Formats: sequence, C-alpha cells, structure tokens
Amino acid sequence: MIAEESKERYVAAFEQAKKNSAAPAWLKELRQAGIASFAAQGFPTTKNEEWKYTSVEPIASRDWKRPGAFMGHVDGAQILARGFADSQCPRLLFVNGIWAQELSSVPELPRGVRLASLAELIKQNEPLLPEELGRHANFRRQAFVALNTAFMGDGAVVVVPAGCRLAEPIHLMYASGAGQIVSHPRTLIFLGAGSEAKIVESYVGMDEESYFCNAVTELVGAADSVVEHYRLQREGHNGFHTGALDADLARGARLTAHAVTLAGSLIRNNVHVALNGEGAECVLNGLYLAGDRQHVDNYTEIDHLKPHATSFELYKGILSGAAHGVFNGKIVVHKNAQKSDARQVNKNLLLSENAVVNTKPQLEIHADDVKCSHGSTIGQLDGDSLFYLRSRGLDLEEARSLLSFAFAADVVARIKIDSLRARLEEYLAAQFQKV
Amino acid sequence: MLDIRDLKARVGNKEILRGIDLHVGAGEVHAIMGPNGSGKSTLAHVLSGRENYEVTGGEVTYQGKDLLAMNPETRAREGIFLAFQYPVEIPGVSTTYFLKAALNAMRKHRGLEELDAMEFLALIKEKMKLVEMDQALINRPLNEGFSGGEKKRNEILQMAVLDPALALLDETDSGLDIDALRVVAGGVNALRRPDRAMIVITHYQRLLNYIVPDFIHVLYDGRIIKSGTKELALELESRGYDWLKAPAAAVQ
Repeated sequence: MIAEESKERYVAAFEQAKKNSAAPAWLKELRQAGIASFAAQGFPTTKNEEWKYTSVEPIASRDWKRPGAFMGHVDGAQILARGFADSQCPRLLFVNGIWAQELSSVPELPRGVRLASLAELIKQNEPLLPEELGRHANFRRQAFVALNTAFMGDGAVVVVPAGCRLAEPIHLMYASGAGQIVSHPRTLIFLGAGSEAKIVESYVGMDEESYFCNAVTELVGAADSVVEHYRLQREGHNGFHTGALDADLARGARLTAHAVTLAGSLIRNNVHVALNGEGAECVLNGLYLAGDRQHVDNYTEIDHLKPHATSFELYKGILSGAAHGVFNGKIVVHKNAQKSDARQVNKNLLLSENAVVNTKPQLEIHADDVKCSHGSTIGQLDGDSLFYLRSRGLDLEEARSLLSFAFAADVVARIKIDSLRARLEEYLAAQFQKV
Repeated sequence: MLDIRDLKARVGNKEILRGIDLHVGAGEVHAIMGPNGSGKSTLAHVLSGRENYEVTGGEVTYQGKDLLAMNPETRAREGIFLAFQYPVEIPGVSTTYFLKAALNAMRKHRGLEELDAMEFLALIKEKMKLVEMDQALINRPLNEGFSGGEKKRNEILQMAVLDPALALLDETDSGLDIDALRVVAGGVNALRRPDRAMIVITHYQRLLNYIVPDFIHVLYDGRIIKSGTKELALELESRGYDWLKAPAAAVQ
C-alpha cells in the first residue's frame, strides 16, 4: 500500500512539474514515457525475483523534497576529498543533481570534446541528446530508471569524438545532502569510434542527513573505442542510492567498469552491458564494503548479442557488523553469439557473525559454441593465515585488517588511475583497522 | 632459556603430548626426532600459541616468564619464531609489506623506533643474501605460487629479519631437494649465535648432517623417550625407531 501511495505521489509531482516546463518537445515526450512506464511498474517489491533480497520500502515510504537552489553552505574541498579527487582535476560537480558551475573545472579540451551540464546542453539544443538520451537505459524494464527518466533535468554529458584520446581522467561528481532531498542525476557518455577516455563518476554524501539519489548513466561505445569507467560510491550513512549503468558497446569496443561501494545506508546498483558488436569486450570489476546495518545490492547483467565478444567479471564484497550484501550476476548469451567467452566470479568475506550475503550467479546460454564459467564463494578469514600472521608478531586486529586488505587487493590493483588507487588503498587500510 | 615441565596437550579429545620435559639453554641447538604422529609438530605449535591445541597440564617457562599465559603475538614479540612446515600463502600482500609490519610490531614492543621503508629495504636486502633470495620474489604476494624451496627460504629470511631468541624449525627440510636443503641449512647455520637457541624438528636424519645439533631427543607417543648427543642421530639412521619403542611401551 505504501508503494502505491508513494507511486501516486511521484505521478502527481510529475504532473505539477510538467505545467511549468519549458523543455523541448523530444524531452517532454521522453519524460512522459518515463512516468508512464514508472506508473505501470510501480516500485519493485521483494516478490520480484531481481529484488528478492532488497526492500526499497525505506525509499518508497518517504516524501522526499525536490531540490531547489543551493541550500546552505557547500564545502567543495570536502566533496573532492570524499571523492578521492584533486582540486586541479577536470570535473563537473553537481549538488543534489544540479550543476554547480563554481565548483566545477572544465579545462581546455581537445577539439570536439564536450564536457558540459545536461541542462545547459538541453538549452543549447545539442543534437546528440534526442538521438542518444533514453535509448540505452531501458526504462520499460527498470522502475528506477523510469523514475529518473521522468524527472531528469541535469547531469553530466561527456562526448569524445572519433579517434580522440583523452589522457587525463574526467571526474563527474555528484554530492548529495542538506536534508530529505531526492535527485535524479542523468549522465550520458558518448565515445566516438576509436576514441579513448577515463571517466570517474563519484557519488558522495555531504552530511549525515537522509536523502535519495537515483542516478542513471548511459554509456555508448562506438566501434573500437576504449573506456575506463569508475563508479565510486561514498554516500552518507543515511543516504539511499539507486543507480544504473547501461552500456552499449559496438564492434571491438572495450569497457572496463569499476564499481567501488564504500558507504551508504541502502544501495542498489544495476549494471547492464550490451555487447552489441563482434569482438566487443567488457570487464566488470567490483568491490563493495558494508558495515553496521548497511545494505548493498549489486545486480549485473551482461548480454552477449554478437559473436566473439568477451566478458570478465569479478565482484568482491566485505561485510561486517549486521550488514547485508547481495550479488546477482546474470550473463545471457544470445542465439547468434557464437564464440562468446564469459567468466564471472563473486567472492564474499564475512567479518562478523551477523553479516549476511546472498549471491546468485545466473547463466542463460542460447548458443552452442561458447566458453562460460561462473562461481561464487562466501567465507571468513582463514584461521591458518591469522595464526601465521600472529606468530610473526601482528596482533589479532592487525592480522584481520591485513587479510581483509589482501582480500580486496586484486580488485584494487585493477584500478589504473594511480592517484585514485593510492587514495582508495589508504582509505581501505584505515577502514579495516576499525572493523 | 626454555624450560618445559610435564607438558600435556590435546586436540579435541585426543591427547597428543603426554608429559614432555625439556630444557634448552642459550646458544644450544636441540633436534627433536620421531616417527610420524609422535607429537613433534604439536609441540612446536603449542610453544608458539596455536589455539587449536588445549594445554591440559605442565608448565613452560621462557626467559623466566610463563609462556603459556601469552597469546601468539606476544610470544613472537618476546622472541619466539616458528618456521612453519606449511607456510601459508597470502595473495594480495607482498613479503616486503608483511615483514615490515611484523618487524615494526616487534620493535614497538621492545621500545625501539620503527624502521621506515628505506631502512627496512636495506635490512632485508642484506638478509636475503643468507638464503639466496632475489628481490623479485619478496615483492610478490606472500608465498603465492612459490615452490616448496622458495617458501622454506622465505621462512628463514623472516627468521633472519625478525631476529628471534628462540627459533622453532618445524620440518624445515620436508619437501626440499638437496640443493635447496643446503641453502636453507646454510641460512640457519649463519643464524646460530651464543644468545640464540633453536629447536629443530625433523623426521629425517639427513637435515642434521647440515644443521649439527648439540642434543637430540626422540619423541614417541607424546613423550621424550630418549635423549643424547649428535651421535644418536646416526644410531637412529641405522637402527630406526623400533628398538626404542619397545622399552617405552614397557614403561607404560
């Protein structure tokens, strides 16, 4: 019932917002399709197989406020620090989903590269938007994507033209806080044929207040493009986050998608990669940490749609306190996707008796000449290893901390941005000392 | 340095040590031999504080302190080192990183200043020569993918860096070919010192050709049934253990 009332609330809010909207026709249409789809689906419940272990009631039951202009003081330095970013890094920064120009820093970029706020580009009638926006993140199947599509207004747009190589990572930073606010940041990343880029999306909480961030990222990789995408989540302890990354890769395109979840009250991530061209390749590299009563749910789905595509997925979770982790990894090899190579591994480390993990790998194979494997483990720290370290003079806490760090090490080692990796290592080392 | 009196220990309901008496003085090297299942490794693990073993009787005094009251890390910091028969592999942590953390934990315990990265590297480089280890190996994850010989050399390297007063070598020779054995034994011999004692646990006399002990004890069925000097090893080599087992059984 709560879900039903809540749904009505969003539909009413949509109708209200529509009246004052000066949006172009294509966007109005897209938003309308979004709200219609959300109204048809409603909030997912635990009866839905894909949401079996995650109740979104804490999100659905609250009457979140829409963000207005900035409220109160925003500490840019704190946001950068929480997002493991430098003050000089090229970035777009958003507060509660709205572009904060004075906290952003857009350097001179190679010809043809766009790095701009979605709201600004809508005003400028950027022709790429009606062509790509809403085409890759499937709002008909994902209620939260539908909700984002209905309410989207701002976010980041990155366009790298064909053949262009961006050496320096670009940061897209989304900060939330300042009280009971809902935001629907929308990101569009478009890589032209043969281009290369590294993009870090970070979601950070500014304070201990409750909020709901419902983010959607669409990533399009044209033929032979190479992209490293990072999603870093360091939400506030009372922050709720539902996020979707929908990637569409053409022939020979390569995506490495890192997902690092460090904090938040309730987090659900949907990653969907469509390997939509021969020889496309994706690597999904995930690390999730949860303690106290935090809940982290990672849902990933990889569609092998064309032959000779490769996917490799490694997700690792470390759960302490009374935290709850969920991993659901689905790989679908479609009928014509011969010579697909898909590997998936999920490993979980439980540091306390009250921590819980549900892990569910799923393979759906409709082609006959493929290589697929998956596996998942749930375990505790190894007693022999603990004794070995203690026999060398490390105390129990140090030994546990070192082994937890070691557990995360292979995921962390895959992070190719040196400064980001170093800061994450530092953070993890300090974090494990506390557990 | 170490006084063991009537030490008894069990795992679950199984009594493994049934009254061990042993005195080890500074500078001495004691070898403990015996057939499989006699309790040799249990003794090493009980002395280093492994929690799976329950001590049911007896006393152990180490440098005048009650050893059995200390947890494993305190024993290590007080100078006890166990070279494992089966060193564990820890993917994700390099030998260098791990060993620096261990050494600094000990130095802190002893009121010494912690070594920084440069000082530690200089120290470990010097000690690596003892066991002919190269730099690449110690930068790799601890023991991961190491050969049997490399793991044992790594144990002796750790011993050299941590500088213990009492070293327990648990079947350090097992799984080594003769060349690797020579290197490992050479490393151990280089670490013999008047103020350091060693207990060498082995199944085979072979090791004692390279590490020559001052005393040899035969452990059988949880008790030391025979003690002697290094000549005893040769006798065991030619006669086996059976001639000792019969009188031991008769005593019971």
